[in-house]
Amino acid sequence: MGNMFTALDQIFVNVLHWLVSFVPEPWHPFASALLCISFILMVFPAFFSIITIFERKGIGRIQNRYGPNRVGIPFTKIRLCGFGQFVPDGLKMLTKEDIVPRAADKLVHFLAPVVMLIPVLLAYAVLPFGRKMTMTDYDAGLLFFFAIGGAVELAVFMAGWSSRNKYSLLGAMRAIAQMISYEIPLILSAVTVVMVVGSLKLVDIIAAQNHYAYGIAQWNVFTPWGLLGFMLFFIASLAESNRTPFDLPEAESEIIAGYFTEYSGFKFALFFLGEYLGMFAISGLGITLFLGGWTSPVSFLTWIPSYIWFFTKLITIIFVFIWIRATLPRMRMDQLMNFAWKFMLPLALINILVAGIWHFMAVDWQRWIVCSFLVVFSYVILGRGLMRGQKLGKRNYRYAE
Amino acid sequence: MLGEQIIKGMAVTARNFFESYVSKDRLTTVQYPEERLPQKGNTRQFPFLVYDGDDWEKGLRCVACQICEKECPPKCIYIVKSKDKKPDYKGQPQIYPLRFDIDISVCMSCSICVEVCPFESIKMNTEFELSTADRFGGLLFTKEQLAKPNSYYQKVHPNDAAESDAVIASEKAKAEAKAKAAAEAKAKAAAAAAATAATPVPPATTT
Repeated sequence: MGNMFTALDQIFVNVLHWLVSFVPEPWHPFASALLCISFILMVFPAFFSIITIFERKGIGRIQNRYGPNRVGIPFTKIRLCGFGQFVPDGLKMLTKEDIVPRAADKLVHFLAPVVMLIPVLLAYAVLPFGRKMTMTDYDAGLLFFFAIGGAVELAVFMAGWSSRNKYSLLGAMRAIAQMISYEIPLILSAVTVVMVVGSLKLVDIIAAQNHYAYGIAQWNVFTPWGLLGFMLFFIASLAESNRTPFDLPEAESEIIAGYFTEYSGFKFALFFLGEYLGMFAISGLGITLFLGGWTSPVSFLTWIPSYIWFFTKLITIIFVFIWIRATLPRMRMDQLMNFAWKFMLPLALINILVAGIWHFMAVDWQRWIVCSFLVVFSYVILGRGLMRGQKLGKRNYRYAE
Repeated sequence: MLGEQIIKGMAVTARNFFESYVSKDRLTTVQYPEERLPQKGNTRQFPFLVYDGDDWEKGLRCVACQICEKECPPKCIYIVKSKDKKPDYKGQPQIYPLRFDIDISVCMSCSICVEVCPFESIKMNTEFELSTADRFGGLLFTKEQLAKPNSYYQKVHPNDAAESDAVIASEKAKAEAKAKAAAEAKAKAAAAAAATAATPVPPATTT
């Protein structure tokens, strides 16, 4: 029985080894890499297309609508609850006219979507999708992820700059300001994990969380510093992937989709894809760092294959992303910056201190009290500071009625 | 505390999400081609012509008086009168329309034609799914397309149809009474004539 579950758990790894065994010995690393790349290129865009439907339907339900529920299998009455919608959506994207503005910097305009997509796909190289299912297990995997993630900002600014359009440029400027601001709390909240685990290797980080006490997993999120770190990481990843309430760079109502105003057809689709793949990648990293990666939350469910746990967690996180998108309005630029620099950054720094205290105090109930108190106290005090002078409630207009 | 209101808002949207699967009241969307709302009593789209009986050519109430054609503000009605006559529901010989066309691309659904019609002949239809690929011919409705039985009118506008049926019935009754009176008078005159023929008195002038 256990043997069967192990086989099921390692099925993709075994299939990979079996396929690689067909090519001659010196080509093994090359073939293995190629197969891994094709796996990522297949699975995640497919996941993206399904998620777009989930998002549209989910937001529809939240707004008491049905959402897309028409497209199913063509020429039949089967509607599949609208889950066939991504096929016509994709076809529409692919067949639309590709417009390049006359004044645009043509080369940069062409390169921007590609530059957007490549780092996003590279980030998947270090993510562990399951037990022994990491494409390249770098010693500094976390560093690699953040270094690659920083290149997305370049693509965004390339797109905004080369379009020769004021909306694009404004969107790009906002994107740069926002992404750089939020990258700091993002990385600082991840640093706590590195401090406690003592490794930048993502596989090691998961191994450190893969043990159970009283049948419940010892994930980082179940500690005071981990909870705060996860919240900071989550909020910062919302901002990094330009999701509501931090979607200022592509605010449709004010700057008309921001840096990709001048993109149409397949290039727009690439931006769209890049954005969602970036969202999945950063959610995957959050899962790896704080939610135990591919491990099971309770010890009696460890027989479920590891990749199923990973994707379940990923879908859950994405659903929370969608839920937040359907709930919160867009922030103002000054609110965004205040939030990053006056609230998230100090809290991330305090969290590093908390993680240090947690690491050096004896494994006892006392460290729970001290760390929890520090976390809650700093959250409340910093929250008060952020809200000072803010009057919430109905807005009074002086001139307009 | 910071974030309190966000949690509240998230709770509201989560409730929306789950309740939309449970209670049908939350989803106000009517899935149109399969589901339809019942139409309001006063719905009006474009005019049609009422006929009595089963044969639309014989039973058409229209007598080609052309009042609607003259009154129509956008001039979307086109009528050609017949040369011959045929009996209407009262048995009176009437001319009838050889052509009766309504261009519904011009019609503005004002229902003035309905108001002016003295014969309860032209009424407003409720059908709205009239899209066509041919924007000239497809939107020019001829007599055949416009003619609808009275039962159809009773179905789409029950109250108005009842009123109009009452008018028709009273007209018919009046006409019948008149015919009866005329027949009686005729019979009386005939009897009187017979009587005068029998007894030589100067004939009574019956006017």
